[in-house]
Amino acid sequence: MTENAAPTNMGSTITQVPNPEPGTVDMMVNMGPQHPATHGVFRMELRVDGEQIQDLVPHIGYLHRGSEKLCEHELYSQIITLFDRLDYVSNFNNELVIVSAVEKLMDVAPPPRAELIRIIMCEFNRIASHLLFYGTFAIDMGAITPLLYNFRDREKIQALFESVSGARMMHNYFRVGGVKEDVPDDFESRSLALCNELEHGIDETDRLLTGNEIFLERTSGIGVISGEDALDWGLSGSVLRASGVSYDVRVDEPYSRYDELDFGIPVGSAGDCWDRFYIRILEARESVSIIRQAIALMEPGDTMAKIRRIARPPAGEVYAHCENPRGDLGVYIVSEGGERPYRLKIRPPSFCNLQALRDLTVGHYIADAVVILGTLDIVLGEVDR
Amino acid sequence: MTSQGSSGGGNNPSNSGAKSTSSPVKRREPQVQRAAVALPPEGLVLAERLPERLATHKIEVGAAIDEVVCRVPADHLVDVCRQLKDDPTFGFDYLRLLTVVDYVDPDGEFEVVYHLYSMKHRHKMMVKIRLPERRPSISSVTGIWRGADWYEREMHDLFGVEFEGHPNLVPLVLPEDFDGFPGRKNYPLNDYEEW
Amino acid sequence: MSFTDIVFAFAGLFGLFFALAVGVLSLTWLERKTLARIQQRAGPSVVGPHGLLQPFADAMKLVTKEDIIPAYADKLLFWMAPAFVAVPAFLIWLAIPFGNNIAVRVMDLGLLYVVAISGIGVVGLLMGGWASSSRYSMLGGLRAAAQLVSYEIPIVIVILSIAVLVQSLSLDAVISGNTITIGEATRNLPGQGLIPFAFVMPMGFVIFFIAGLAELGRTPFDIHHAESEVVGGPFVEYSGAHWAVFFLAEYLNTFVISALIVVLFFGGWSWPSPPESIFGNELSGMTTNLMGGAWFIFKTYIVAVTIFWIRGTYPRLRIDQLMTFAWQVLIPLSFANFVLIAVVLFYDWPLWMMPMLSLPILIGAAIGVQKGRGVGGRPQTVRILRRSAGEIGRPMPNAPSSTQISGEGQAGD
Repeated sequence: MTENAAPTNMGSTITQVPNPEPGTVDMMVNMGPQHPATHGVFRMELRVDGEQIQDLVPHIGYLHRGSEKLCEHELYSQIITLFDRLDYVSNFNNELVIVSAVEKLMDVAPPPRAELIRIIMCEFNRIASHLLFYGTFAIDMGAITPLLYNFRDREKIQALFESVSGARMMHNYFRVGGVKEDVPDDFESRSLALCNELEHGIDETDRLLTGNEIFLERTSGIGVISGEDALDWGLSGSVLRASGVSYDVRVDEPYSRYDELDFGIPVGSAGDCWDRFYIRILEARESVSIIRQAIALMEPGDTMAKIRRIARPPAGEVYAHCENPRGDLGVYIVSEGGERPYRLKIRPPSFCNLQALRDLTVGHYIADAVVILGTLDIVLGEVDR
Repeated sequence: MTSQGSSGGGNNPSNSGAKSTSSPVKRREPQVQRAAVALPPEGLVLAERLPERLATHKIEVGAAIDEVVCRVPADHLVDVCRQLKDDPTFGFDYLRLLTVVDYVDPDGEFEVVYHLYSMKHRHKMMVKIRLPERRPSISSVTGIWRGADWYEREMHDLFGVEFEGHPNLVPLVLPEDFDGFPGRKNYPLNDYEEW
Repeated sequence: MSFTDIVFAFAGLFGLFFALAVGVLSLTWLERKTLARIQQRAGPSVVGPHGLLQPFADAMKLVTKEDIIPAYADKLLFWMAPAFVAVPAFLIWLAIPFGNNIAVRVMDLGLLYVVAISGIGVVGLLMGGWASSSRYSMLGGLRAAAQLVSYEIPIVIVILSIAVLVQSLSLDAVISGNTITIGEATRNLPGQGLIPFAFVMPMGFVIFFIAGLAELGRTPFDIHHAESEVVGGPFVEYSGAHWAVFFLAEYLNTFVISALIVVLFFGGWSWPSPPESIFGNELSGMTTNLMGGAWFIFKTYIVAVTIFWIRGTYPRLRIDQLMTFAWQVLIPLSFANFVLIAVVLFYDWPLWMMPMLSLPILIGAAIGVQKGRGVGGRPQTVRILRRSAGEIGRPMPNAPSSTQISGEGQAGD
């Protein structure tokens, strides 16, 4: 990694460093790839002195599927399916990135109704993803109940997704130039009712965790990263905003119809785990408000632009990105004018956020490493691609 | 090919002509339509200021749809990047993406693309360099943006591009004993070996 | 020791063993049901009515499972460790009174016995952790050692203050009171028939309850087998019957601590005693004892449910916070409690002085802890920026000095 991790001939593994004190030696602990707190197949190689982390080397790649290479051999419409499988808890947000990239390249605009449907779906997905985060984060800290509460609400969101796209996850619903089909008739009333339930659920989590003494003790001042460092590491999303940098693609480079909606961006200042957690609580509430506004804007109309069935964008290159629940998910497409991209590169927010793990954890305790990793909220499907 | 080619809505067909015809992708459309360029206001400002400020570095400035594209000679990369970050006019403090595009087949070249963003000015650009196929080697920018660390390691895995000065250029996404560079276009995809 | 004594001893032991086995199984079921209720799910519901047979199915599965021993494990210690944890947990029950002078072994030194035996369990955990030759087990075992030894101290001091209060180490005296003669004066020292000690020394009760949770390794002090950190700690390499023994020990300990809380602070079998107006005084000894025993078990289960409730509510502390809490908060408070009870008894103040004096200390300590590191110590660091308020959005850069740039942004090329 960087300056204080001296590169060795041993490759990526830490070498055993004898402690200057006589008779003691630091212990190596391998966390992962099978470990309940690594949220997937991720390995942390820890060098600990007692319980204190002296060094940490993250190892990724256990889930590497070569998605980018795979995309080069698929039609644009088939790539949407692959993008579903990147960050498998916020599928709609992923789909939005690839379709908006291709649309940007082709210079087509989806009908207004389709844009709003996309926004609603993405925001619901953001809430679902954040709900999952609260739960797993609480589990990381030993609180088992919030997960169940949040899964209850997430199920409702997924039922709505199922009624719209036919699938609970891996929706494959967005299309280049619109969405697959219009939403069901009772969509608006159902969404609004769901919004109320979600607000209640988010409040519940807030009450259960945010002010809890033990929760505060475990998260306050843990894993602090300054705004400059966060930018330096290329962090994004809630992790970056917790450090005081107000960067949200939805307002800074508005895409879709986000510029018509009024919503707040929670920005922290401490840059610690508590801020990263609480920002996500506030974000979910803002998402509820976005959904309400978007539903109010909805008007009947087409949901698909009149374009060719098989997208064939012109030659050129494009970088499009959207605000994922995990951060700034981008895609860089180099097109040669065919129906398949020449090169497709994903900017995975989890991947970038995970890079900073070592800086965040060294000096803390083993238990804190788990908490810090929890607040980075990685999805290994996206880290490894 | 695409960076300069795309600048200015297809007014530079000569630049990419050779590339297009020998492209490995069979193109069925007779005529290539170029993606239209629509730089946002701050992009226009940036496109104007870049050549002024970086005159000594032999850069070429173009555009791709809504981003300014700046082609830099490979040996000037670190200096240019350092200036892009430190110069308050640019203030590119955020490396969004670092990637390699493989143009090995026709041109024998790799292209390394850096997507930059400035939190202060809220403008963005791409920096591109070209590398020969024989010995693709480029200075690392980890000293400028630490976030380049894993990107460079990944690109080293997949494309075999050497990033000189990277502190720990070991395999990241591939197994340590993996042979070959699967990101490259000429990597055999259908040949499986029984194991 | 006569033959009948031996027969009774064995009968008592076997009876206790089966009773505890049933108790543990019921406790696992109760925990799962309680947690399920807290978490809005059904819990075990398939095996038997309301899932009541689920614990038996689990036990069967665990016992018939393959018992794996890691290749590099120290086999002898690995095999012995579960016994070192389970046997003390079982042995404590010998001294617990279920009724007036009814226990498997009525001891005059019951309190001392309980304290002594409960200290052994940590050896088993450390042994299991070391013998498994796994880093997680090792960490877990060391955590257990640090934690259990630290929290033993407040427990012992609180038990000591109870012993001072009743001037006896007998658990029966703790429940029914004691009469001592000093010189020529005879003093009736209070038992819990009328008023349980939880109200006499609330501070002692709170300390004992918290430290008891820590002794059990229950949330929020479950750091030595924290699943998300050390993946089960000392138990991580155990499987099958050996793991089942650890599991048994854990629930036995939960049961023990609940029973001790009831005995020491809630009057055991005696409080609240049935009003004389209903039963009169002519209750036969048998009926009273049966009722007292049932009452005692019932109260024990209520305390156990409280422990499960806490498990369903709180996150877990970190090792250093846990130790800090023991050494900086609980131990000083337990000493304060001890000094208070000594002072009250020495000057012969009425007993209600005790809660009067200790409650302010307790509340003060709670406020101090909260101020120092809790909500009070955390300023609000997150704010919401709004575009409608002009706080965010896309600031336009200054207009270029040379104005004209056409739509075609090429300059080089």
